[in-house]
Amino acid sequence: MAYFLGLLFALVAFWIGMSGHFEPLLLGLGVVSLVLTMILAYRLDILDREGAPYVRVIGFAMYFPWLMKEIVKANWTVIRACLRADLDIAPTLVKLKTICTSDLAKVTFANSITLTPGTVTVEIDGDKLLVHGLYEQDSQPEAFTEMDRRSARAIDGKGAAA
Amino acid sequence: MSDLLANLLQFFEMVRYPAGSALCLVGAILCVIGTIGVMRFPDFYTRMHAASITDTSGATVILIGMALMAPGWLIVAKLATIFWLLFLTSPAASHAVVNAAHTAGLQPLIGRIGKKADDEEGAA
Repeated sequence: MAYFLGLLFALVAFWIGMSGHFEPLLLGLGVVSLVLTMILAYRLDILDREGAPYVRVIGFAMYFPWLMKEIVKANWTVIRACLRADLDIAPTLVKLKTICTSDLAKVTFANSITLTPGTVTVEIDGDKLLVHGLYEQDSQPEAFTEMDRRSARAIDGKGAAA
Repeated sequence: MSDLLANLLQFFEMVRYPAGSALCLVGAILCVIGTIGVMRFPDFYTRMHAASITDTSGATVILIGMALMAPGWLIVAKLATIFWLLFLTSPAASHAVVNAAHTAGLQPLIGRIGKKADDEEGAA
C-alpha cells in the first residue's frame, strides 16, 4: 500500500510539474493516464521496493547532501589532474566488499562510486565490487567504507537485514 | 520585516540574471576541462574519469544557472526533472561502458603514469 501511495504521489507531482495547467480537461487526461499507469504497474507486478522506492525517500534525502559534497571534492581533484602541466596520475583497480544487503542499496553504493569523478565501478559480483580509481592513494578500500555505510543506512534502514 | 523581504526579493531579481549567466559559463568551462582531460589521459578507463566531470559538475552547474534564470516554477520543475534523470542515468551509462570494456578484456594501465615514470624510463 505504501508503494502504491508513493507511486501515486510521484506521478501526480510529475504530471503537474510537467503540464502546469489546471483546466478540467488536462487534469482529467492526467487522471486517466495515472489510472492507466497504476493498472499497468500492478499488472506487471513492479509495485515493490525497486519499482516504487519512495518509502526510502527520507533516508535518501539525508544521504544526498553528503554525496553532493563528496562529488564536489572529487571533481576538484580530477579537474586539477586534467589541467596539470605534467600528467601525473596513478590509475589502479581495487576490490571492495560492501555491507549493503539489498540490490537497491548495492546499486546506490555503486552509482555513488561512479558519480564521484575519479572512481568508476567496473563490476559487481555478489557483495564484491571492482573499482577503477584515478589515484592509487585516494582509492584504497578504506576510502569507501563511509560511503558504503551511509548508502546502506539510507536504503536498507538501520536494522534491515532482508 | 516585510521591508527586508521586499529588499531581498529585489536583490534576487537584480542578481539572478548575472549570476545565472555566470554559472552557465562556469559549467561550460567545466565541460571544456572535461574534454581536455579526455584528450590528455592515456587509456580508456582514465578517460572515463575525465568524462565524468562533464557528466556531474558541468551539467549540474549549467542546470543551476538555468534554474536561476527561469521565468517560473514550471521551468524549475522541468530542470529538476532533467537533473534527476542525469543523476540516475549517467552513472548507469558509465558503468555499462566500463563493464563492457572490462568484459571484452581491455586491460587498464596500472601504476604511476606521468613525469616520474618517464624519468625512470629515460634513465634506464
